[in-house]
Amino acid sequence: MKTKLSVGLVLQYALAVFFMLLFCLPLLFMISSSLKDPQAIFADVKSWKAFFPVGDVNFDQYLGVFERLPMAQFVFNSLLVSGVVVIAGLFVNSLAAFAIARLKFRGQNSLLVFLIATLVIPFETIAMPLLVLVNSLPRLSWEDGSIEITIGWLNTYLVQIMPFIAGGFSIFLFVQYFKTLPKELDEAAIIDGASYFSIYWRIIVPLAGPAFATSAILSFLAIWNAYLWPVMVVQTEALRPVQVGLDYFWASTSEEGTQWGEIMAYSTLITLPILIIFVIFQRAFVASVASSGVKG
Amino acid sequence: MIKLTRALLAASAASAIVLSGCAATDSASNSEEGAATGETTTISMWSHAAGNDQEIATVKEAITDFNASQTQYEVVLEEFPQESYNDSIAAAAASNTLPCVVDVDGPIMPNWAWAGYLQPLTIDSALEQSLLPGAKGYYNDQLYSAGAWDAALGMLARKSTLEAVGARIPTVAEPWTQAEFDALLAAIDATGDYDYAIDWGNGWTGEWFPYAYSPIMQSFGGDLIDRSSFETADGVINSDASVAFGEWFGSTFAKGYANAAQTGDRTEFIAGTIALQYNGNWAVKDAYEALGDDLLILPPPNFGQGPKIGAASWQFGISSTCESPEGASAFIEFILQDKYIVAFANRIGLIPATATAAEQVPNYAPGGPFAVFVEFSNSYGVLRPPTPAYLSVSTIYEKAVADIINGANAKQALDAAADEIDANLADNDFYR
Repeated sequence: MKTKLSVGLVLQYALAVFFMLLFCLPLLFMISSSLKDPQAIFADVKSWKAFFPVGDVNFDQYLGVFERLPMAQFVFNSLLVSGVVVIAGLFVNSLAAFAIARLKFRGQNSLLVFLIATLVIPFETIAMPLLVLVNSLPRLSWEDGSIEITIGWLNTYLVQIMPFIAGGFSIFLFVQYFKTLPKELDEAAIIDGASYFSIYWRIIVPLAGPAFATSAILSFLAIWNAYLWPVMVVQTEALRPVQVGLDYFWASTSEEGTQWGEIMAYSTLITLPILIIFVIFQRAFVASVASSGVKG
Repeated sequence: MIKLTRALLAASAASAIVLSGCAATDSASNSEEGAATGETTTISMWSHAAGNDQEIATVKEAITDFNASQTQYEVVLEEFPQESYNDSIAAAAASNTLPCVVDVDGPIMPNWAWAGYLQPLTIDSALEQSLLPGAKGYYNDQLYSAGAWDAALGMLARKSTLEAVGARIPTVAEPWTQAEFDALLAAIDATGDYDYAIDWGNGWTGEWFPYAYSPIMQSFGGDLIDRSSFETADGVINSDASVAFGEWFGSTFAKGYANAAQTGDRTEFIAGTIALQYNGNWAVKDAYEALGDDLLILPPPNFGQGPKIGAASWQFGISSTCESPEGASAFIEFILQDKYIVAFANRIGLIPATATAAEQVPNYAPGGPFAVFVEFSNSYGVLRPPTPAYLSVSTIYEKAVADIINGANAKQALDAAADEIDANLADNDFYR
């Protein structure tokens, strides 16, 4: 089989390669810089060498990262918080979306409009009221061998998780996807005596893989990159997530100075989980974006 | 389905306990701050030095020694990275979870005192007297903070460079005049041996801008705000003298003497591609090790009102919610002993806060290679305006200077800064 190599096709590929390089260059710069001494990073920055691990390549910056902060603890914290938010969020948001997209009740559309409206409110505007709220809420704690009720959620994983489980965007995404599934599936199941939860669990969920994948990726990304909220509510190093860890390397007005090499090494380390998750889910992600008409 | 529901409920309950309860002991350091546990009262302390091994090591040493020296109080440390420390403090104040002892950047202290985060600090008067002016923080004539060190700025140069262009080597008694400095920059530029004549450090951002550049403006005769009332910046930050500073400073970039796109690593001076560097004493060790006797640490030029440098660095204070201020004061007095001041100075390279400590630090003892910074600090140090408005003033000034560096008209940039500062003052009822 022969493929005709038209000018248009060549241009199309050239453009694709150009944009691929454009988006890959920052990553290449970050990874290659993480393998160089800080002096070499700045020496190479004005040439092509900035994007390649050339010269005295070593892992000193990575060693420096592990010496400067409790890397494993920070990664564990972020994985735990992101993981719980994603898993709980998929369940809660898809259930809410199921109700909006598949059931019939008064105020259905108003509810959806209200949820979409929450998307335009920046988190920064509600951060302080939310802080005061969570600081006055009770929680269960384990003390001296018994479960007790304590007031205030600060310095817990809970405070990093609970406010972010339900999300307007995620619900909207599920609603859009669920609406594409034929209503006849529900009707047939109801005739067979299925409950609404059975319809959700046995019919809708198995058919909505791409929506779940997209929601999982976007939620994970948002929580993994959370910075302001952890700065406000986490007052102990043991519970700090990875993004706040970046602050450990900034010290321009100290004898040591800002550790650019270590910043690149740390950035590489904390970018890897995101890249891995995206690579795993990318087919489903693209399929969902294409079918739901939602762009992340 | 019932099994599934039960399993979900059980998992949810277990998760709730695990996720909310596993940090209970950590949070206790704040929530139980000041509460007596048996005979010992816990004093929680926050430090901004997470990630800065050398600084935090001394803090930890002092805490260990203090806790071992008596049984009445136990100081418990929590470390925060400097970049987000102020935000963490603001959030803690909003949620009423401030620790007992905090460290606070000198120019920020008045804002925290005004906002009610801090209570006045009572320490031994002899200790208070012995500290450098830049190591003490006063607001409304009351001491609120005291620190173990101060920082100072100076001009770094190579002796060989100055000799090559026939420039006079300035002294504390006779610093360069503006004319001499201008001639020096032009002469260095004319040699063609350097990419740029001077590195102003404009690759650094944030507090560096007001810390480093407002003293130059003060040397011209300008200032950030009217210090008699702290209720207006108009006619001060945009005064003729301030505008003269802006025009002159901008011209060093416009003429190509300095790089407007300077990076933050500041390695060019040691590498020999930039001839002069305006920097702090914390950064001089590398240059000294690289250049040895060829390194000159020089006073900033006199632009009319004498050389000026910024004063005040990180200090210790007591939060307004601290229930054991006497214990907190005892700890602050403890960590301000010469032993720890010397340790701080040796480890992080800053100026010891007392003369007796300075004598024990080889670099800052009389005749030491960096001793001249102590002279700069004593002779030229100017506190940044001790007003709660400083947080806003510094940000607005940073933007104005950044605009000037990038070619904006100095008069317009500083007029805009004056308007913005005055609007901020009015919005906050002049921080009364």
